[in-house]
Amino acid sequence: MASAVERFDDKASETFESVGRTTVYRGELLRHPVYSRALHWMVALFFFLALFSGFGIYLPWLFRWFTPIFGGGQLLRAMHPWFGLGFVVFFGLQALNWLQPMIWTPADSNWMRNMKKIVSSEEKMEAPDTGFFNAGQKVQFWEIVGGCTAYLITGIILWVGAPTFGRILVAISYVIHDISALIMLGGIFIHIYESTFGQPGTFQSMTRGAVSEAWAWTFHPAWYKQMTGRDPVQACEEARRQMTTGNKP
Amino acid sequence: MADRKALQVEMISAHPGPVPGHGVQRNLEVCKLVDTTTCIGCKACEVACVEWNDMPFSPTTFDNTYQTMPETRWNFWNLIKFNEHQKEDGTIQWLMRKDQCMHCADPGCLAACPADGAIVKYANGIVDFNQENCIGCEFCISGCPFNIPRFNPETKRVYKCTLCSDRVGEGLEPACIKACPTGCLKFGTKDDMKFIAEERAKQLRENFGIEKAGVYDPQSVGGTHVIYVLHDATDPERYGGLPKNPEIPWSYTVWKWLFKPVLGTFALFGLLGVCLHYVTAGPRRTQPEPPRKGERNG
Ligand code: HEM
Ligand code: SF4
Ligand code: SF4
Repeated sequence: MASAVERFDDKASETFESVGRTTVYRGELLRHPVYSRALHWMVALFFFLALFSGFGIYLPWLFRWFTPIFGGGQLLRAMHPWFGLGFVVFFGLQALNWLQPMIWTPADSNWMRNMKKIVSSEEKMEAPDTGFFNAGQKVQFWEIVGGCTAYLITGIILWVGAPTFGRILVAISYVIHDISALIMLGGIFIHIYESTFGQPGTFQSMTRGAVSEAWAWTFHPAWYKQMTGRDPVQACEEARRQMTTGNKP
Repeated sequence: MADRKALQVEMISAHPGPVPGHGVQRNLEVCKLVDTTTCIGCKACEVACVEWNDMPFSPTTFDNTYQTMPETRWNFWNLIKFNEHQKEDGTIQWLMRKDQCMHCADPGCLAACPADGAIVKYANGIVDFNQENCIGCEFCISGCPFNIPRFNPETKRVYKCTLCSDRVGEGLEPACIKACPTGCLKFGTKDDMKFIAEERAKQLRENFGIEKAGVYDPQSVGGTHVIYVLHDATDPERYGGLPKNPEIPWSYTVWKWLFKPVLGTFALFGLLGVCLHYVTAGPRRTQPEPPRKGERNG
């Protein structure tokens, strides 16, 4: 099973790599290949389409000012399930793509215990055992995996409707569907913040695909070590020394 | 739809704020009485409904019974449900029940509907769909305990019996009432119809020996503006699935009015949280940071 997935992924990655382009300059590391980036932005696109069309069904009296963008309430309602399906399919591919780096490790449990210090910026650098993704990112990933499952099941029930599934199942499904959306929405604010303003230098990992070495040793030290073989703390100290001497006139 | 303005609105689906014009005038509640014991299954009411509401032709199906089609449709709002019931003495009884929207005092469809103004309840008790506001989400279908609203995939909107609100607004009786040849259908105020129904049930019990005869006006939805006289009021289910205790799922009451707005606001805390983080703790920068202005070494 696992090997079948890997093979299928490898081929897709190759194809995407031959179409797209990633330039890694000196002093940078390749973070996300074209395949991951393409999937990520398809996920984001369909997520927001589903989210905004979903708002139009969630509270039409509040959101009816933007239903015309989707061609009116009825068309919006008719398209929403397809947007959702697109989101789930692309995220499903992404989930297979990222399954391996997203596996929970003891380092992540430590991270969670340390979270307060990290969030309050008390600790400038991540703990040395933080790998390709940190525990916060993993929590978000697994939340979306769970959310997608909930979306898919309840969404199909709502789509096919009460005549097939019965009115009670529909009445329950829409509550679960809503809760899932609200949790994800709350999470996405944090996600967008962390990958833009909250951690400058992160956004380019999803656009150009490459990050600076300094970004890597600061936020994902274990990954940095794995990629370069150098010790992240030492590398940082070296850079600090260089910076101060270099600044001397 | 101009003629509908004659009717005072009492409830509006998903409407924030008060209902305009409500309580200005006293309004009598109307009611349709269906006496299943005198219905002969002639289907004049079915035809009258299709005619008056100008609905496109809907093909009928034959399934060896006296029922026109299995269920009501978006363009067929009034269906005589036919059921055979075997009595204790072995004889067969034919049950004919006119199935249509019940015009509930607590309409589950209206409670479930998220679209402002797609469903209104008039002060006279009529529950009406305004298709121009309907987004076709079909929540009303799951909200309705009587399985009434029907989705039209072409217009992507939902339709059902209007209790001829356009006629009633002009002081006329509904079309089905006008067409009924046996007098099994009656129309008037809720009080009058309730009184006639109770009298009829009493007559059935006392003069005809139908001991379980009674009136169907389910209180679990606050009563309905279509009421039935049944031979056996203890078992309405046998009349083609008339629910004994029609109910509106809690998710359309508690969830929709309390948790939906509250949790929705909660999700925005994510936004608030990150903004606060930015101005208090501040962003996390890659290390080493260049020395700040004025710092030694700088
Ligand atoms: C405009 C909106 C978005 C921006 C700017 C953005 C940016 C990014 C960036 C820069 C990364 C890479 C992080 C890293 O390399 O460590 C990332 C990862 C990821 N993104 Fe997004 N993203 C957005 C929307 C979304 C949406 C809507 C979803 C799904 C619902 C999503 C799901 C993910 C996941 C699961 C990851 C991997 C784990 C993580 O970094 O949290 N993203 N995103
Ligand atoms: S389908 Fe029913 S619940 Fe949905 S908007 Fe139309 S009337 Fe309201
Ligand atoms: S019978 Fe159904 S459609 Fe008619 S008012 Fe009651 S809940 Fe609404």
